[in-house]
Amino acid sequence: MTIKGIYMTLDTNLKHIETGVELEELINSSDNVMVCCGRMGPMCVPVYDAMEELEGSGSYNHMEFRDMLFDTPEAGVIRNLPECASFRGLPFTIYYKNGKIMKATTSLQSKEQVTAILDEIV
Amino acid sequence: MNTYDVIILGGGPAGLTAGIYLSRAKQSVLILDQGMVGGQVILTHAVANYPGLPELSGYKLASEMKKQAVEFGCEVKANEKIFGFNFKGKEKFVTTKSGEYRSKAVIIAVGGQPRKLGLESEIKFQGLGISYCATCDGDFFTGEDIVVVGGGNSALEEAVSLTKFAKTVTIVHQFDHFQAYAHAVKAAEDNSKISFIMESDIVEFTGDQSLTGVNIKNKKDETITKLKATGAFIFIGYVPGSELFKECVSLSRRQEIVTDEDMSTSVPGVFAAGDVRQKKFRQITTAVSDGTIAALGVMDYLNGVDPDKI
Repeated sequence: MTIKGIYMTLDTNLKHIETGVELEELINSSDNVMVCCGRMGPMCVPVYDAMEELEGSGSYNHMEFRDMLFDTPEAGVIRNLPECASFRGLPFTIYYKNGKIMKATTSLQSKEQVTAILDEIV
Repeated sequence: MNTYDVIILGGGPAGLTAGIYLSRAKQSVLILDQGMVGGQVILTHAVANYPGLPELSGYKLASEMKKQAVEFGCEVKANEKIFGFNFKGKEKFVTTKSGEYRSKAVIIAVGGQPRKLGLESEIKFQGLGISYCATCDGDFFTGEDIVVVGGGNSALEEAVSLTKFAKTVTIVHQFDHFQAYAHAVKAAEDNSKISFIMESDIVEFTGDQSLTGVNIKNKKDETITKLKATGAFIFIGYVPGSELFKECVSLSRRQEIVTDEDMSTSVPGVFAAGDVRQKKFRQITTAVSDGTIAALGVMDYLNGVDPDKI
């Protein structure tokens, strides 16, 4: 998949966010959104895997799970968030509720950590 | 209950290799990994010494191994935290969140986890300056001053790779000499961006929202040096993931699973392979070797072959 000349390399089963507009529309239309912005690297893939499992579990049907390629210019909507200003490790994972950021994490998070955040804020 | 001929715990090079051999021998095989399939090799920026393959990323190598295992018929499940197991009888049982699994034999190939310094401030700055993966996070430190902790091959090789991004790289090592091979040491010494602080330990990471410095204690005179650094990459080896099995199989003084040369543990039908096993050299190739031998050992076990009569 090519996005504005950039090759899309997120090989996951999650739905991808490709533009900032798309992200904005999603968080405005859905109560609960989790977006993992990263690459296909060892710190990112476990988070995608955890999201896929949680999405498929049926326990979080009220949640929209998405990923976004970190290196696209469009991912600036995540990279440049004030909540991510001090982040120095991939992936950047953002949890939205009713259009607002409830939590942002950096670097690898286990399935248990992701689940705890979802259960806490959603 | 789901029943297999063999359950392999761990999806790194050892576990995947065992899976390839066993599934190709028409055994039904389940590989369960508590995290991501691929093991520690996926943290490696470049693998240049795997025979028969040109230099490639550790992630790519692990992905190819997984693909091969799946093509031969292995069932592979990631993120399967092990809640319990029973390896005492002829039938082996493993319980995870997704269910209970039964098999005739088990291979423990859970590898290890990156060893941490154990400082409270280390947890605080993880992802905020502290990293265990140069491939993943190196480019966040472009033009900055960083430290690398460690003195083995990983530390020195990754320090060199990080000079592509960082302005300076200071290697902090606890001894007065390196454990790394001479070629890795020379590559680091020849790199003008790299400097060394020997016989010293990092005792604290400092900063506010993110890492801004490290406090380094000289082990000889116990003086503390404050060094500005916005990044710290820690490569000080691995801790074997044997904790879960310590009541079940024999462990060495270093908490590694003890096996015989067929990778058989102290429990019949339970084998171990890869970095979790007691051995001197830990390489991708030795993990692959362990996995091969464990698979063949399992086949002998399932076929009732008495190793003393061969």
